[in-house]
Amino acid sequence: MQEHILQFIYLVASVTFMIGLKMLSKPDTARKGNLIAAVGMGLAIFGTIFLYKGSNGEHLGNLIWIFAALIIGTGIGVYMAKSVQMTAMPQMVSFFNGMGGACAALISIIEFSHLEQSGMEVHGQHLLIILAGLVIGSISFSGSIIAYGKLEGKIGDYNLPLQQVFNLGLLGAVLVMSGLMIAGQISGLSLFYSILGLSVLYGLIFVFPIGGADMPVVISLLNSFTGVAAACGGFLYDNYVMLIGGILVGSAGTILTVTMCQAMNRSLLNVLVGNFGGGGTSSGGAAKSGGGIVRELGASDAAILLKYAKKVVIVPGYGLAVAQAQHACHELETNLEDGGVDVKYAIHPVAGRMPGHMNVLLAESNVSYNKLVEMEDINPEFASTDVVLVVGANDVVNPAAKTDPASPIYGMPILDVENAANIIIMKRSMKAGYAGIDNELFYNPKAHMLFGDAKDTLTKLVSEVKAL
Amino acid sequence: MFEFISNHIQMIYLVILMIFVGIELISHVPSVLHTPLMSGANAIHGVVIIGAIIVMGQAEGTLSLILGFIAVILGTLNVVGGFVVTDRMLEMFKKKK
Repeated sequence: MQEHILQFIYLVASVTFMIGLKMLSKPDTARKGNLIAAVGMGLAIFGTIFLYKGSNGEHLGNLIWIFAALIIGTGIGVYMAKSVQMTAMPQMVSFFNGMGGACAALISIIEFSHLEQSGMEVHGQHLLIILAGLVIGSISFSGSIIAYGKLEGKIGDYNLPLQQVFNLGLLGAVLVMSGLMIAGQISGLSLFYSILGLSVLYGLIFVFPIGGADMPVVISLLNSFTGVAAACGGFLYDNYVMLIGGILVGSAGTILTVTMCQAMNRSLLNVLVGNFGGGGTSSGGAAKSGGGIVRELGASDAAILLKYAKKVVIVPGYGLAVAQAQHACHELETNLEDGGVDVKYAIHPVAGRMPGHMNVLLAESNVSYNKLVEMEDINPEFASTDVVLVVGANDVVNPAAKTDPASPIYGMPILDVENAANIIIMKRSMKAGYAGIDNELFYNPKAHMLFGDAKDTLTKLVSEVKAL
Repeated sequence: MFEFISNHIQMIYLVILMIFVGIELISHVPSVLHTPLMSGANAIHGVVIIGAIIVMGQAEGTLSLILGFIAVILGTLNVVGGFVVTDRMLEMFKKKK
């Protein structure tokens, strides 16, 4: 009877995952959808603990340990999720994703040593699932941790010579070793651990050379990897809820990854093996550096320009996130609005470090939802805009994407800010953006640079606007 | 290969169906919701914790017990952290209505 109840619980949980994901894709229902999926997950977890029966009909043991681990994990998880800054959200997701991958790999490790010890002959099919979980889970783990480190700014971009050849060789070695092991040609614990080690290494060097601007795509891809690793667990235990949850995330994550690549007008392959943002072998691109005069502007002049404009469009970028300038930005917006200026935000699909990153960030400082305008809708409006204020964005407003076929970002849709009457660019320095290329926009006669930390400068602008 | 498929035929059908369901569920998402959606999906693959609980509940040796213990902690981190972070993101979307 208990097993039947458990199967029913798994069924309910699977449905909540699907409904939850569906609701997550609409702004009005998103939060409820998340909650529904969470409730389903809770049911599945506690159902498993109390109702699961092994092949000999015995209940699960070690309950004290299981609960201890659950409590520790919950404590750390809630603490981390609650205390993380909104700006650090992408790396937090990456970190949690890595934990899921590690969990999947650990399950495979334990299952394998369990089978080895019991002296049972490890069946080919069984081994296939165990190895798949191990390889995918550990790649997802080490890759996510590198992505986390990169977004935290703790790890730079590294490019080994012959990187691609080395990567492919490593992946080939993992696959060949796994294949031989499944075919029963070779066996043993040490071989198993070699596969583990090589997979972890592959995850590391797979993410190492990819530039910071491409991290969202990598995180999304690794997210779907972990989904597939979880689904391997579903095969291992004939567990439908693990299978459904895992595959759902695997396929949804893949689509999300492709959508993100499309927003940048690049293929997934290009992101993974391309040199965009990686530096190293970057071709052409940097051609037109130092071409022209840069006009600098003081905060008070900028304030006058903004205050007496009819229509202002703010273009937020990663610089805004790093400087934690979203509140100052909102303050400037309300001050200008009070003075009768029409203020909007232009949101590029890949502004920041994740799609929707800017929306989350600006929503945190109470910027109204309908002030955030997506690229296709705002682009025709630039012609009637008096002032564009670019806050810490660079590549998403680089005209080279439209004009220079040699540029690595050629073809990426950008915000047509050069159509506006005036452009104010807030930046810390003349340094290039993540794509590592010069921006012609800075030399545009209509453009003025306002150097400094985004938060400080915005705060200065607010007081200047108030003083006028 | 064929043996594997025929032994798991129901699950294979399910895998294929779920691939389509996943694609269908995600394909009409406004880009505003990409980050929360990725985070929510991230929490859902935390379902891998169920495998960790099963392994832990059947563990005998000290080593498996320790590894299983770690696995359950990591899985819980994935699930709890994932859902809480997603909720925090979405909370902000609601506030300014």
